[in-house]
Order: sequence, then C-alpha cells, then structure tokens
Amino acid sequence: MTKQQANWSPYDNNGGTCVAIAGADYCVIAADTRMSTGYSILTRDYSKIIQLADKSVMASSGFQADVRALQKVLAARHLIYQHQHNKQMSCPAMAQLLSNTLYFKRFFPYYAFNVLGGLDSEGKGCVFTYDAVGSYERVGYSAQGSGATLITPFLDNQLKSPSPLLLPAKDAVTPLSEIEAIDLVKTCFASATERDIYTGDKVEMLVLNASGIRREFMELRKD
Amino acid sequence: MFRNQYDTDVTTWSPAGRLFQVEYAMEAVKQGSAAIGLRSKTHVVLASVNKASSELSSHQKKIFKVDDHIGVAIAGLTADGRVLSRYMRNECINYSYTYESPLPVGRLVVQLADKAQVCTQRSWKRPYGVGLLVGGLDESGAHLYYNCPSGNYFEYQAFAIGSRSQAAKTYLERKFESFMDSSREDLIKDALFALRETLQGEKMTSSICTISILGAGEAFHVLDQETVQRLINEFEVVGEEPPADDEAAAPDAEAAAPDAAEGAAPDQGAAPMDI
Repeated sequence: MTKQQANWSPYDNNGGTCVAIAGADYCVIAADTRMSTGYSILTRDYSKIIQLADKSVMASSGFQADVRALQKVLAARHLIYQHQHNKQMSCPAMAQLLSNTLYFKRFFPYYAFNVLGGLDSEGKGCVFTYDAVGSYERVGYSAQGSGATLITPFLDNQLKSPSPLLLPAKDAVTPLSEIEAIDLVKTCFASATERDIYTGDKVEMLVLNASGIRREFMELRKD
Repeated sequence: MFRNQYDTDVTTWSPAGRLFQVEYAMEAVKQGSAAIGLRSKTHVVLASVNKASSELSSHQKKIFKVDDHIGVAIAGLTADGRVLSRYMRNECINYSYTYESPLPVGRLVVQLADKAQVCTQRSWKRPYGVGLLVGGLDESGAHLYYNCPSGNYFEYQAFAIGSRSQAAKTYLERKFESFMDSSREDLIKDALFALRETLQGEKMTSSICTISILGAGEAFHVLDQETVQRLINEFEVVGEEPPADDEAAAPDAEAAAPDAAEGAAPDQGAAPMDI
C-alpha cells in the first residue's frame, strides 16, 4: 500500500527573481515583473515589490497570492505600530516583524521568498534575506527566486571579500557607488533572463537613500 | 442631580423611566475640558483645550488619529477615550484589510454607539465616561458625529462638548450656516474663535490648544505649535470679532510656510491663505 498523495496543492509558483544590494548610504531592491504559472505567462507587468515603511522595502518571489496576503498583514501591523509609537518602523524592526509573521505560519507557510531592503537607524544600507518560514540574516546583498541560483554566484564574485584566509569572508556592505550598484543589478537581471525562463519582461528597481526613494524600470528579454 | 435610591446600578430604572448611571456618565463628559468640532463640505476641524492637572505635568492627549480619513476628539474620562480610540483604529485597520477601502464614518460611529449601549445594559459593567466627536471624510462627504456614553449618536455641522462648551456652542450657533461652504482656513479660524470662547478671558496661546484637520486630499493630522501660534497672532492682530472683510491676501512668507507644514489640500488651489 503506497501512501496516498494529495491530488491538489494549495500552492503555486509564480516564478520571478528578486535581488537587493546594500551600500554605504543607499539600498537597491529589484525584482522582475513577470508572473508565470507552469510554462505560461500570466502577466508581464506585475510588481513584486512593496514599500512597507519610510525606509523598508520588501521584494518577494514565490506564490504571489501568499505574497499579497503577507504584504497586507505587514502593512496592517505597521499601521498599528505607528498608532502606538507615533513613528515609522525602522528597517531592523520590520525585519524582525517579518520573521515573526512568517514563523507564525510555520505549519502552513507563506510560500514567499523574501528580501527586505532599506536604511538602518544610522542611515546605512541594509538587506535582510529570508526563507519561507522566517529564518533571516542581515547581509550585504541577496537574491531570491527562480533566478537566484544564476545571480548569487555572480554577486559573490563581484561583492564578496576575495580571500577567506585573510579576512572573514563577510559580505559587507559594498563600497560601490549607487550608480555602480544599479548597473550591477541590471547586469544580474539581463544575465538571469537569458537562461531562466521565469525571469524577464521588465526589471523594477527601487533605490532608497537619504533623499528618499526612486523607482526605475529596465526592459528585459520577453522570451 | 440628586442622589436617590435608583442610581446604584446601571440596570435599575427609575420610576420616571431614567437610567441615572447613564446620566451620571454624561455628567463626566461635561466635567472634561472642552473639545470642538466643525465641518464644511470638504474638511473637518477638531480642536481641544489642553488641560494639565498641574503646572508640573504635561497635558492629556484628547485628539487621536483613527485613520487617514477619521479623527476623534474626546471629553471626559480620557482613559476611556484612549481605549475607544484603540477600538476604532482596530476597526478601521480590519475593514481596510478586508475591503481594501476606508471604513465609512457612519459605520464606525454606529459600531461605537452599539459598543457604548452594551455598557448600559449589563450589571457588571459601567458606561464609558467619555463623549467623542468623530470627524471623518468618506465617499458621502465630510461628517462630524457626537457619540455619548448613553449609546446615542448624532450628526452635527458643528458641536462643542466639555466644560464651558456652552460659550463655544453659542458662537457656533451664530456662524454654523456658513460652515458648509467655508474654506479650509476659515474653518480653522472659526475653530480657534470657538475655542477662545471656552477660555473665557484666559490668554490664548498655542500651548493651551490643539487643532487638527482632515479633508479632501489631506490626511488627518494635528497642526504644529508654530502654525497654530501664527494663526492666533493673526486674528488677535485683526481684532476681537472675525471681520467680514478678512479676505486680504496674506504675506508670502505665511503662504509658503503653512502649505509646506500642513500639506494644504490641492483643491484649495495654490493661492495664499485668505486671512
């Protein structure tokens, strides 16, 4: 007798890739705008990025219905925080909240692979990367989603400190300038689009710095 | 009001058909420091007098943001008011979460009123000792409601509650017919004048009052002290009564600063404040 398997899954994977890079005084968060299911494209123009607070932006790939539900929960919790504390949540605080929210559904998880980016309380760029159940870490850069396996090795090559013998191989906040970082992100997506069928159409990039937030788009291959 | 044998429980009727505990709760509202609300077609202004229990302490917070489109000013037991504000905030957040649209003000005040009514019909509860002036903007326009401890609520063009509110009400009764078409700035000015009536001779400064506004294109927010002080200075300079010909153009400096500080509603145009 073989074990009975489910003939229906509550989850679906809508594909897509998210990337974030932290700089000395800025943070770049980017995600492609393609939403897929199976081998089909649902839309070429879907945003996976949401600004949760003044200095916190989250990009999530995975099952977009769960992503949307997660975004709503975080937005509501942030409103409550603002009522109680009379100020916006800091990025590290939002990072902890996201982790707790994900673990809350440890036994029926949000199928969301998140990357949270922003500015910490000192104004330095910060990036937090998550798994589906809330395990998180502050890092200098991160990629999540279907193209992550193609992008991460490239970012390791460009951003990680070279010798693990001389220094601890910590991927510190990059010394790159904002323009250089944005260029790097564009290169990542252009490359991932070539080989990952779920990544393409457009990349949406949000740049957070002391003067505020800026949004940029770049066209990608549509095949 | 005299003490009598029918006022021990909220669940005891008097032979005259009154619930004394509820009426005593309304007395508590009259003891609190004044709160005033006025509305036009597009804006609602809520103002309150800041009463500090002693010179050493800070004043109590009487105006609360409930949501971008709803604010509340309270008079009476401020602790009860705080708790009810938290309830209202929660209701707004939950409604927004479910329907992705702002909670209509009329719905919120009914929920609030029903909540207050429960406390008038349970022997183990007491009525809330706070009156709430709920101001909000939704698809049906700008609204101002008053919720009492009894569980009743009424819609108003303008209203005042708390101690010495009668003076403010007298002023508002004279002027209310013009409020519907008032400009944003005139509405704020009328609120300040009404507030001044409750002070009855006390010197009016920005530290003794709190003014808040919400409207079309303008989320609920409390005006900062400098803006309020400047407004007070303007009308003290002009004179006692709000003159009919107060449409003189304001100096440029004043026009630039309040627009930046208060985020003036776009449909008021880019014109300087009419003072």
